[in-house]
Amino acid sequence: MSAYYSLVVLGLCILTGYAGQISIGHAGFFAIGGYLSALLTTHNLSAHGGPVVSGLAAMGILTRRPDLYGGELLTVHPWPACILAVFAAVAVAYAIGGPVLKLKGHYLAMATLGFGIIVYRIVLGTELVGAADGIYDVPAFPLLPGIAVSGKSSLRVMNYYVAWGFVILGMVFLMNLVRSRVGRALASIHGAEDAAEAMGIPTARYKLKIFVVSAAFAAVAGVLVTHYNGGIGPSESSVMKSVRYLAIVAIGGMANLWGALFMSLILNYLSLRGYFGSFDDAVFGVILILIMLFAHEGLLRRQLLDQIRGAVIRRGGGDDP
Amino acid sequence: MNLLSVRDVSRRFGGIQAVDNVSFDVPHGAIMAIIGPNGAGKTTLFHLISGFLRPDRGSVVFGGAEILGLMPHQIAAQGMARTFQQTRLFPKMTVLENILVGRHLHSRGGFVACMLHLPFTRREERAVREAGREILEFLGLSGQADAEAVRLSYGQQRMVELGRALACEPRVLLLDEPAAGLNMRETAEMGTLISRIRERNVTILLVEHDMSLVMDISDEIVVLSYGQKIAEDVPSAIQRDPEVIRIYLGEGDA
Ligand SMILES: Nc1ncnc2c1ncn2[C@@H]1O[C@H](COP(=O)(O)OP(=O)(O)OP(=O)(O)O)[C@@H](O)[C@H]1O
Ligand SMILES: [Mg+2]
Repeated sequence: MSAYYSLVVLGLCILTGYAGQISIGHAGFFAIGGYLSALLTTHNLSAHGGPVVSGLAAMGILTRRPDLYGGELLTVHPWPACILAVFAAVAVAYAIGGPVLKLKGHYLAMATLGFGIIVYRIVLGTELVGAADGIYDVPAFPLLPGIAVSGKSSLRVMNYYVAWGFVILGMVFLMNLVRSRVGRALASIHGAEDAAEAMGIPTARYKLKIFVVSAAFAAVAGVLVTHYNGGIGPSESSVMKSVRYLAIVAIGGMANLWGALFMSLILNYLSLRGYFGSFDDAVFGVILILIMLFAHEGLLRRQLLDQIRGAVIRRGGGDDP
Repeated sequence: MNLLSVRDVSRRFGGIQAVDNVSFDVPHGAIMAIIGPNGAGKTTLFHLISGFLRPDRGSVVFGGAEILGLMPHQIAAQGMARTFQQTRLFPKMTVLENILVGRHLHSRGGFVACMLHLPFTRREERAVREAGREILEFLGLSGQADAEAVRLSYGQQRMVELGRALACEPRVLLLDEPAAGLNMRETAEMGTLISRIRERNVTILLVEHDMSLVMDISDEIVVLSYGQKIAEDVPSAIQRDPEVIRIYLGEGDA
């Protein structure tokens, strides 16, 4: 499961580390993805008999399955639910990204934080999505015939591979992007926005697009985690989750996809296993503070290796100037 | 035929009229210089032409089309490249990567195509890199291709910035004090480089304080003072213009 969370971290890494646009609201996109797919795949429509419902059922968009008490549930199939959920997160990212990405630095951080808080409060205050209880009994997600995302212990090994498949796919997409013309353009926006603009790069549009891509990664992760866990609760949309993702990107070296992946796997694993106990959230908060204080560019950054190598050579060389 | 026409352009900052009703034309293939004392409004004028600032009044026609009100990247796409008075290289990127950003307008791969690494983006990337290496060769910086750009000597950084603008293959190139902070040898090299750029069929508009450089390479000079154009002529005439001598050269800058 820490693999799925890595998708959020990778998406945030490209937004914040490479393109230089901070977000403390990514748990919001994760929650939009997770909650929508949970709601659509659990909300029983069999009571609404109308022609729309039967039409959708005939198209295969709705699906029937037995509920726990022997009755029958008519819900949206996980595939259209997933597509709709990710699409919704993308639409929200487009809508808020336009105005919000005009802000820089602290202001952008505050605005995305605000977005995260709004999503959290909405989730917490909405009866339809279970308020403080969240949504449970979310079915498995049959990705392909024979392959499903589910937390069932009988499917554990398969889900291990499925999760890694997603991470590898996400990593390949983002590595391709980083090494491309678009990746260079994003890095140039980070480095000197006015000069990037002078090179003909539509900086506002590029920032919006990478924000949307990054939100889509978070939403996909939200959908998958929800099906894997069989449910989602409001804590997934809390601000501390957003802080956690950002802390992992920072300790992973900011503009370093491999570092972010590595740190995400380790720290999420430790956290899910309960190694941080009741200090779980505090650990990530402290990591973020320490990095901002002492290693602005993140910890596992490319130059760090050079610096260490330099220090070793200087010591080993003795009379080197 | 004029490539660029600036008409009655004005811009005010609070109480300061930074650019005051300035008009001039830049013919195809010319090297045109703008000179004037500190604070005369030269950089502001560049910002107005390249879209980084909006003028209060006036019009800028580039290649026959009005470009006023367009975003800087749209103006760049029409074939205008510029450098900045304060070097604006991309940190954490190599010299070559800095130059490659300049090829942005000459490649097309979008977000999805690049994520999928489609065959056409691969071909494009090869072409982009080849063009980048060519520029480095032109600048004589091939040996530094993989060095971090902001670690080069100041003079070389200015060269990289110029190369990055050149990589855009602009029709007109705006250079804001390309020789500022350079020593005499580097200034001479910069002068040669600018002349060689003109030979590549690029029209050049130049702001510069180094008088010998300006007199050497310019075809025509516009003199600004307190935002107003006070003279426009060939270098030899500007050197003899009493008004210019009083306002500009008389201030000890010559
Ligand atoms: N963004 C701004 N806000 C307020 N005033 C400005 C701004 N930019 C420039 N000015 C003022 O406008 C005037 C012209 O400035 P500008 O930078 O264009 O001069 P310049 O000719 O480029 O000078 P220099 O030779 O020192 O580079 C100056 O008085 C400056 O203080
Ligand atoms: Mg200036």
